[in-house]
Amino acid sequence: MMVGGTSVRPISASRPWTFYALGGLFAAYLLFLYGPMFVIYVLSFQGENGGVTFPMVGASTVWFKEILKPGQMANIPVAFGRSVSLAAIVSCVTVVFAVAAGLGFRRNFPGSGVVFYIAVASLVIPGLLVGFGIGLSFRFLGLDTGLFSSALGAQLTWTLPFGLFAMFAVVNRFNRAWEEAAADLGASPWQRLRHVTLPILLPGILGVAVGAFTLSYDEYARTTLTIGSLNTLPLELYALISSATSPTLFAIGTLTTAASFLIITMTLVLVFRMQRRRSLANLKV
Amino acid sequence: MSGERSLPVPSLGFSLWPRPTWPRVRLSPVTVSWLQVGPLALVLIALVALPALLFLAVSFFDYDRTGIYPAFLLDNYKELLTTPATYRVYVSSLRLALIVWAVTLFLGFNIAWFLVFHVRTAMARTVLFLLCAIPFWTSGIIRTIAWIPFLGRNGAFNQLLMALGVTHQPLEFLLFSDFAVIITYVHLFTLLMVGPIANSMAKIDPALIEAARDAGASRWRTMTNVVIPLSKTGIALGSILVFTQVMGDYFVVRQMSGGQSASIVSMLSTEIQAMQYPPAAANAMVLVVFVAVMVGFMMRVVDVRKELVK
Repeated sequence: MMVGGTSVRPISASRPWTFYALGGLFAAYLLFLYGPMFVIYVLSFQGENGGVTFPMVGASTVWFKEILKPGQMANIPVAFGRSVSLAAIVSCVTVVFAVAAGLGFRRNFPGSGVVFYIAVASLVIPGLLVGFGIGLSFRFLGLDTGLFSSALGAQLTWTLPFGLFAMFAVVNRFNRAWEEAAADLGASPWQRLRHVTLPILLPGILGVAVGAFTLSYDEYARTTLTIGSLNTLPLELYALISSATSPTLFAIGTLTTAASFLIITMTLVLVFRMQRRRSLANLKV
Repeated sequence: MSGERSLPVPSLGFSLWPRPTWPRVRLSPVTVSWLQVGPLALVLIALVALPALLFLAVSFFDYDRTGIYPAFLLDNYKELLTTPATYRVYVSSLRLALIVWAVTLFLGFNIAWFLVFHVRTAMARTVLFLLCAIPFWTSGIIRTIAWIPFLGRNGAFNQLLMALGVTHQPLEFLLFSDFAVIITYVHLFTLLMVGPIANSMAKIDPALIEAARDAGASRWRTMTNVVIPLSKTGIALGSILVFTQVMGDYFVVRQMSGGQSASIVSMLSTEIQAMQYPPAAANAMVLVVFVAVMVGFMMRVVDVRKELVK
């Protein structure tokens, strides 16, 4: 060990054995994560007379076409549309409310503890019970449950606490010196928020938006008792499972994964381009 | 990078200009905080706290086949707490939750460690994390039943084992068993552990670890005395998420245990479907209290709030 020198590890330092052990574990985890997924990717190309298990009986794309057909049990395209529009609204509301609350929590204010623990409660109470409570309340108030009323509210009880906790992590990394500097230079509170705080927090805020969208899109437990008569995609899938199982479900899984890969790759490319442009712009200054 | 950002610097003359002259309301910082937190607080109070109170009231109500009637009866609780089935289902759920917690904690901690301390470039870290996250865009329902053709009698895993000559007969216990339930939970929930722990670990200054090593600490000591104490918030948050997800599940158990075991919530949903709201509400209250006590205990061990809201 060098004494007195700065201990900056050279980038070419050889890897410790723990790197290989943990790398192996990580690879095994990925295998575990994707193993069953690969099975359904393969099975989604099952032949027309095949079932939901092996062996494969020929190969076809019949089950992908099946997704688009409105069936007796489920209408996948319509349910998908509903899920996406609900998720988009949930995501917008969550971003606005959770970002505001995250900024508000930077100060200690009377009642902050109560709000914090209600958020924890709404995160940990089993989803079906939250939905049950909301459904029951609507019934007592004589209101009709529906997609954009009770179901929207039920999903917010899941995405808002999530967004708040994510914002805690985002805000924690934010250096308040930026805001103070802006104030010293004469920025109004609004200018400070618009031109300093929000742009710096933007990556975290986007994370909250994507997270809330995902949670809403896949929500089942809270939605099932609050949705009324029109189903979202997870509820339609559930109905499909309980009736007849066919490789259609697997085809949906394959499509979803393909779409996710596409969206994520595009986002990554975009983000890296943006970062490059930014660093180039900074060089010019 | 925030460090590269340059702030607009007004010229001297500009800063002496008069400011806009509309009447300015000076809000106290506490009022500002309340206005910022208000919308979130209102939604959660209206949709979680008030319905919970309604629940509590309904759990004392009387009911028959046609409706529910306001009353103050303890019968719903008495019936629930004197049925052996209740205890059986709580014990089996708790057992599952503990096993899944231990497995996901082990996996989550080590994966987070790998991503934060061993992967050197931010790009590689992002890509590897996204690889973990992509399956989460696929519906949990589909990811659950994906295990059926994998673990089944003629499933991919059995075929593989037999091809390798590990067994001659397909293993039967793989599917529709507690084993299948646990595997599915781990598959669904490990990321809930990785996220918070990685977030905590990312905040640890690498110089601290370097310092521990320079002072002669072994890898193990560095982990137990430096990294674990500094990532305990993430560990606690991940544990709370995984534990409550398992306790609140009813889909996985129903689908993967082959009807051999029930979960608390699946019991409850049967009552809800039968419109037996008062006993369902009593059942729900007991579950909520149980979960709250467990979570309260975890939050006592680690003061999550103090660590999160700084």
